[in-house]
Amino acid sequence: MLLRLSNRLFWSAVTLLGTAVLTFFLVNAVPGDVAKIIAGPKASADVIKEIHTKFHLDEPLWKRLGYHFNDLAHGDLGHSFVTDQPVAEAILTRLPTTAALSALAIVMWMLLAVPLGVLTAKYSGSWSDRLALVLATLSLSLPAFWLARMLQYWLSYKLGWFPVAGFRTFTHLLLPASALALLTVGYYARLVHSNMMEVLNSPYIRAARAKGASETAVLFRHGLRNAMIPVITVLGMDVAGLLGGVIFVENVFALPGIGTLAVQSVFNLDVPIIMGTVLFSAVAVVAANLVVDILYRWIDPRIKAAH
Amino acid sequence: MPLLEIKNLQIEFGSGLSVARAADGVSLMLEAGKTLCLVGESGSGKSVTALSIAKLVPAPPAHYVGGEILLEGRDVLKMSSRELREIRGGLVSYVFQEPGASLNPVFRIGAQIKESLKYHRPAVANDAEVIRLLKLVGIPAPESRLKNYPHEMSGGMQQRVMLAMALASQPKLLVADEPTTALDVTIQAQIIELLRDLRRQLGMAVLLITHNLGIVGDLADDVAVMYAGQIVEHGPVREVIQRPLHPYTQALIQSVPELDTEVACLTAIPGTVPLPGAYPSGCRFHPRCPKARPDCSQAAPDLSQVEPQRWARCPYWNWKANALA
Repeated sequence: MLLRLSNRLFWSAVTLLGTAVLTFFLVNAVPGDVAKIIAGPKASADVIKEIHTKFHLDEPLWKRLGYHFNDLAHGDLGHSFVTDQPVAEAILTRLPTTAALSALAIVMWMLLAVPLGVLTAKYSGSWSDRLALVLATLSLSLPAFWLARMLQYWLSYKLGWFPVAGFRTFTHLLLPASALALLTVGYYARLVHSNMMEVLNSPYIRAARAKGASETAVLFRHGLRNAMIPVITVLGMDVAGLLGGVIFVENVFALPGIGTLAVQSVFNLDVPIIMGTVLFSAVAVVAANLVVDILYRWIDPRIKAAH
Repeated sequence: MPLLEIKNLQIEFGSGLSVARAADGVSLMLEAGKTLCLVGESGSGKSVTALSIAKLVPAPPAHYVGGEILLEGRDVLKMSSRELREIRGGLVSYVFQEPGASLNPVFRIGAQIKESLKYHRPAVANDAEVIRLLKLVGIPAPESRLKNYPHEMSGGMQQRVMLAMALASQPKLLVADEPTTALDVTIQAQIIELLRDLRRQLGMAVLLITHNLGIVGDLADDVAVMYAGQIVEHGPVREVIQRPLHPYTQALIQSVPELDTEVACLTAIPGTVPLPGAYPSGCRFHPRCPKARPDCSQAAPDLSQVEPQRWARCPYWNWKANALA
């Protein structure tokens, strides 16, 4: 167990290091002089030169990579070119918004998808199962920006049920989280459905019925826990990948989260912030995988035996 | 009143043109405390019959087309789902073929046995009773086994846990559906021995489903032979084995290899069991029957009482083999 954990941590570190190197080269491959963006279009040649010296922009790439890693090793992610705010601070102040939005979305779609998946598996082939399949396909195929805009226009602007944009209270999160949840719920409902179908055919389900368990106990106690094992894996990957959807939704609803930060930094070519947000999402992926690994052991006792 | 009486049970799968009748007019009787073996090849309908006793064949896809299953005089097929839950694991308990797959992999075995107790004897749903049950089925050091997961036990131990779970409710009928098929030969013998002990100790009736004639003589009072969804012979075990009346039973007994006689090759019944839905006309065994006569493909024989306590589904049960040659 300890060996496996240290193994996991080692590879997590390698992943993060690789991400840092890769983003560094990608950002530097973008054409355009960063100094001109920082100083503005009317800056004098002297100012540009000064900026070049300050950020080592004249030195060779490998040397700058060295500086970059030296800073990272000291926990310094740099300062924003635009606002001069420390990158870590910029990310951490926005993290709660993004975390709250993601968590709410996950709770919403799981609360919908799990019962839906279980019940459509139980009543597989019925008209309600087919209707659920159609809705699931619809939910899978909707584009994020379109759905977010539509919800905002109809439910907030036209009907006035929700705040249109910004983030001051919990209700400001409801609509953006619903948008994220609606995009994902179909996929998860089908995922739970197909795993549940397989589980319901297994002998231990028949054995559970044979000992007098109620249908609810058969489905949710004996069946669901087994059906959730593969779902948890996919969820782990999606939690990290959720950041993609979050970027759209945060921008549509003007939520001050990491998604809006990332988009702004790209528009401004604010290199330290871009690198910071990318590194942050890599950390999120690695952390999510670790959590899944731990959850897995808790939900499926056979995994402990296998290692 | 017998403990279990099945009358003319008919169970179908599928619909429209592709209807398969897995049990076709099955009738059985089992007195309290007795043991009945239901014998037949794979696909003969014995498992469907056994599962239907607690209405465990899922419908759909199955349809309970007709017949009655009387447990202590009450028709199982007419019971509400609440009544069914009471008899399942209460009056009737089951042990299945693959213990490893029949135990839920994510729960500890102590918890799984306790679940049965909670449903049927909630007053004693505690560790002490679980330990007593594990001791009853011969699991050594049961205290240390409570927290085991199924995958941490051997196949034989898993089947003992299944038995403990089945016995938790002190059932009057134990249905064992090929309980030893998935186990090693030495473990098979142990489980059969255990079944015999438990039956004697607890006085419950046992319905044992098997395709292994070898264990029938050891364990059963009566034996019923199934072929293609029908009972073809029924009688006391000693008589059926020593003097089988139906050609199918005769063929089954001949195909059991004997240790003390040397044979060039093993006797087998030619052909295979017809699939439900593709039964031949007339007697369903006639295409494979060594004694078939022309009219066997015409009229479907009934299961008729041919001697006291003996039933056979063959009008020529009394014919000598050489008379037909």
